Amino acid sequence: MSITVLYFAGLRETLGVEREELALPAQVVDVAGLRTWLQARGERWVALAAPRIRAAVNQTLAGDATSVADGDEVAFFPPVTGG
Amino acid sequence: MTTTSISVQYEDFDLTVEVDALSGAGAAGAVASFVGYVRGGDVLAMTLEHYPGMTECALADIAVQAHGRWALLGVRIIHRVGRLLPGERIVFVGVAGSHRGEAFSACQFIMDYLKTQAPFWKKEETADGARWVDARDSDEAALRQWRS
Repeated sequence: MSITVLYFAGLRETLGVEREELALPAQVVDVAGLRTWLQARGERWVALAAPRIRAAVNQTLAGDATSVADGDEVAFFPPVTGG
Repeated sequence: MTTTSISVQYEDFDLTVEVDALSGAGAAGAVASFVGYVRGGDVLAMTLEHYPGMTECALADIAVQAHGRWALLGVRIIHRVGRLLPGERIVFVGVAGSHRGEAFSACQFIMDYLKTQAPFWKKEETADGARWVDARDSDEAALRQWRS
């Protein structure tokens, strides 16, 4: 399964990555699994463990249980501060 | 007839033009609006980042929810992005209704949801450097009044 992952705002600065295309292992099927898998990179990637970090799948706000499928666009970001 | 118009843009907007457009949206007896500005203080400039694609969808979804809760004649949401200076307009929410009750309520509802669900992030520049603005607990708390 391959997906696109986007990182925004302060999280992007912390991780040093804006966007990446990933080939996921079969056991990663949801947002929670993706977060855990990315954290395994170590070092600054532990920033994804923070509960305040939100996710969206295909441009819709998502929870940890939201499924991730082939071709999806997943985004991780801090709490929004618009308005 | 009801209308919804959403814009995410770099350019400034004209309040008179926007309010007049809403009042013309068919027999509107009331137009309620909110304008957000860049505060001064120690902020020299503010940059608004957003998630292109999701931003417009999130704002449109909020407008759909507002139309579902109240009988509205029109909703207009404008949110600027890019680098803004103190005193500049950031956001406009305007609601047209037959009466003031639904116009006021929907305007507040839209702002409360925009503050917590629309993917924008603010970065402030100060004399001591740049910092990302933190989300406020009070913004999440403001949603509760709409969820009872």
